[in-house]
Amino acid sequence: MDNFTIVGQKIPKIDAPVKATGDALYIQDIKVSGMLHGKILYSKYPHARILKLDTSKAETLPGVRAVVTAADMPPNFRIGVMKDNPPLKSGKTKSIRDEIAAVAAISTEVAEEALSLIEVEYEELPGIFDPIEAMQEGATLIHEEVKSNILKMPWKLVCGDVETAKKDSAHIVEDTFSTQWVTHCCMGTSGCIAQLDASNNLTLYSNTQIPSLAQNDFIEALNAFGYKNRRVRIIQSVIGGGFGSKLDTYAYEYIAILLAIKTRKPVKIIFSREEEFFATSPRQCTITKISQGCDKEGRLTFREIEMILDNGAYTSWGATTPSVMMLPISSLYKVPNIKYVAKCVYTNNTYCQAMRGYGNPQATFAIESSLDQLAEKAGIDPLEFRIRNSNEPGEITPQRFKITSCGMKECIDEVAKRLAWKTKKEHKGNRGVGIASLIHVGGGARVYKSDGCGTIIKMDDFGKVDVFTGASDIGQGSDTVIAQIVAEVLGIPIEDVNVVNNDTDICPWDVGVHASRTTFVAGNAALGAAKKIREQILEAAGKLLEEEPSFLDIKNSIIYSTKDKEKSTPLGKALRKIHYTLGGKMLMAEYFYDPANENFDREFKGNLSVSYAYGAHGVEVEVDKETGQVKILNYIAAHDVGKPINPLLLEGQIYGGGLQGIGYALGEKMIYKNGRLMNGNFLDYKMPTVKDVPPVQAVIVETDEKDGPFGAKGIGEPGLVPTAPAIANAIYDAVGVRIKDLPITPEKILKALKEKQGRT
Amino acid sequence: MKYEISFLLNNDKVTVEVDPVWTLLYTLREVFGLTGTKEGCGYGECGACTVIIDGQAVNSCIFPILEVEGRHVTTIEGVASKDGTMHPLQKAFVNEGAIQCGFCTPGMIMSAKALLDAKENPTEDEIKDAIEGNLCRCTGYVRIIDAIKSVSKGR
Repeated sequence: MDNFTIVGQKIPKIDAPVKATGDALYIQDIKVSGMLHGKILYSKYPHARILKLDTSKAETLPGVRAVVTAADMPPNFRIGVMKDNPPLKSGKTKSIRDEIAAVAAISTEVAEEALSLIEVEYEELPGIFDPIEAMQEGATLIHEEVKSNILKMPWKLVCGDVETAKKDSAHIVEDTFSTQWVTHCCMGTSGCIAQLDASNNLTLYSNTQIPSLAQNDFIEALNAFGYKNRRVRIIQSVIGGGFGSKLDTYAYEYIAILLAIKTRKPVKIIFSREEEFFATSPRQCTITKISQGCDKEGRLTFREIEMILDNGAYTSWGATTPSVMMLPISSLYKVPNIKYVAKCVYTNNTYCQAMRGYGNPQATFAIESSLDQLAEKAGIDPLEFRIRNSNEPGEITPQRFKITSCGMKECIDEVAKRLAWKTKKEHKGNRGVGIASLIHVGGGARVYKSDGCGTIIKMDDFGKVDVFTGASDIGQGSDTVIAQIVAEVLGIPIEDVNVVNNDTDICPWDVGVHASRTTFVAGNAALGAAKKIREQILEAAGKLLEEEPSFLDIKNSIIYSTKDKEKSTPLGKALRKIHYTLGGKMLMAEYFYDPANENFDREFKGNLSVSYAYGAHGVEVEVDKETGQVKILNYIAAHDVGKPINPLLLEGQIYGGGLQGIGYALGEKMIYKNGRLMNGNFLDYKMPTVKDVPPVQAVIVETDEKDGPFGAKGIGEPGLVPTAPAIANAIYDAVGVRIKDLPITPEKILKALKEKQGRT
Repeated sequence: MKYEISFLLNNDKVTVEVDPVWTLLYTLREVFGLTGTKEGCGYGECGACTVIIDGQAVNSCIFPILEVEGRHVTTIEGVASKDGTMHPLQKAFVNEGAIQCGFCTPGMIMSAKALLDAKENPTEDEIKDAIEGNLCRCTGYVRIIDAIKSVSKGR
């Protein structure tokens, strides 16, 4: 990168040493004096009436300090996007993860024993576990008061005229694709410690990825508990993985608060792995009916999608993932006519949440699988077909996204070159190649009224800086990226930058770690603050050195004149002089960056992000026709992320996302049978191990994003977006069967091969 | 009933009263305050709790505490030098970008250390065998393999 010494370099994560030595404190490791331990009792049945709930025996167990039920919660207090989720349930339970009671005790063991003493009598009710069944006329209502199992969240996007485009198309394909529930598998489970002070202000130790929004939620909760106008402080531990799972507030946190209120002691709730599997919210499963068409030259004419999402029994952000699905549906490749309708349906299954990609992987699986079918029908090589329809800089898409930088074609080219596409395409046997591309938000995403992030910078007397950012580091490396940006602007070593990111009492507001926005938005906020404080430093140093500030620069913590070599001073010395002179000052600066992106209008149109990230994944597979096993021989993940700020971390996101995508494509599935999770442990849930890592190349395709900090765009989510369709397409190329239902298991391949044999 | 046991913990001789139902992990975290060893699952499937006992990488979450009597236990806290200098494996994990959220890192380093202590120059397959029981959700394992390779002798 041009003339930069820190930005653009492969710099190790600044928080890596404490993690390597075991000194990093995760929520599991934090203790507060006098702390009690909370445990939650969940419903025995996915759908049942609670006939009796007797906590008296649990209450008398020595060591138990409080037992709570719905009766202890404020009446009508609900959480979630649709406010349909009481943190403790009464009357009817609607899913297997329904919280019906909780205990605070002197130890986890006592709390668990107390749970076993709570007597519950249920009347089991027939449940609805299939969204299509739940949509039928006369189906049992999951929420009787809502009057319908279809959520009042009508997702509909119409651009151009699909019907006319169909008539004018030379080739049309139509098919149905479905995806499964998968879960985040954060290695550190969910947890919190709730602590109230004498004035009923709340401190919540948490591993949330939305500290500012969580603060707002808990202020509302305190209000509901009758503690009006109280303060809430969120202190984040080191976070053992997020991937979207911690993008909402959950019943367990409100239960911890309730237990803290009842006991007047800090209460800690930590999920066991079993709870982490069944009581957190997975990626939603989808059924997608898709139709696409092209003209004789292979140019896309329309894309029409109808989608059904299993919402589960309650509503979290999973229900809003169609908003992000619209992005690839309307704007992955140039498609003039679009129609998309999605319905989220209540069932007695687990309720869903954001997970890395936020709907994009499900939509892209359908789009990119269908695109291969269309290319085949049109008689065009699938890679050539994609280049022909590729997005380009300067384009305004039908949903009104303004494409600024776009390296999509370059990404496809990288795949073609590194996979030796043309040669491999001709070579057969049981080997095949596949490709799929992606578009994602790369410059924030205005899903709330603000997409902002605040940053405060404080200089000390020694030339070192403290940076207070709203952005949370969930392992992705935002602290390091922020430190690099500040160090670069101020001309100081990165070791001299301390990033503080974990305390709402100190750190400015941020909308949260989502939408791959942190490098772009928090990076720009840090850049803005750093530039402001640099100006202050140079202004003050100009007086000390008797030089025009515009002729001053800082390098290696020395302020010097570019005109007169005699004029220079160490940064620390200058800061001390500025501070200790009569009438002196401490140097501090703040900056709030809110990108110039747009909320969707009523038709779900508008420039959601300031820039868009692109990528293409190519894969070569070998399929064993006897066993149905798929072996990935080569995997190329090419990403356009603007200018990389830290290629080491950037490639880490691509490798990590890629393997999550491979898990999604080939193995991971939460098996729910009649509302119960059958494989809620690492033995039965096939999260990839090191043995599943194929030969993989992360390829960075540089573009220059004018609005990005040092030209950068986001990369958090894209790594797993096109993985599943790239693999599905390669399997089709290898053995001629197309698996339309994820994950692509050997059983499905064998079955499809058998059916194909029967046909021929 | 409580039992008194003695063992070598990070080269210090320790004697402690334990309940026989305790696991080594529980004792490390709750009695000795050594929270570097993590519980990722509690049933020996994720490797976050890996420690080294007499040269062997072991899941401490399913290791009964009474079995530790007289043995030599090394945790992540005992890997760096006494002066605080990180072990070459720790440095490699930092420098190669093998750490993201870091929750799996202590266990991963302990598995890698047990391997390298036994064999200075393992093959890539041997590295994969050694950390197969250590789950990581963030990194895709690529940089972890690189980090371990970089510490192998003769590279």
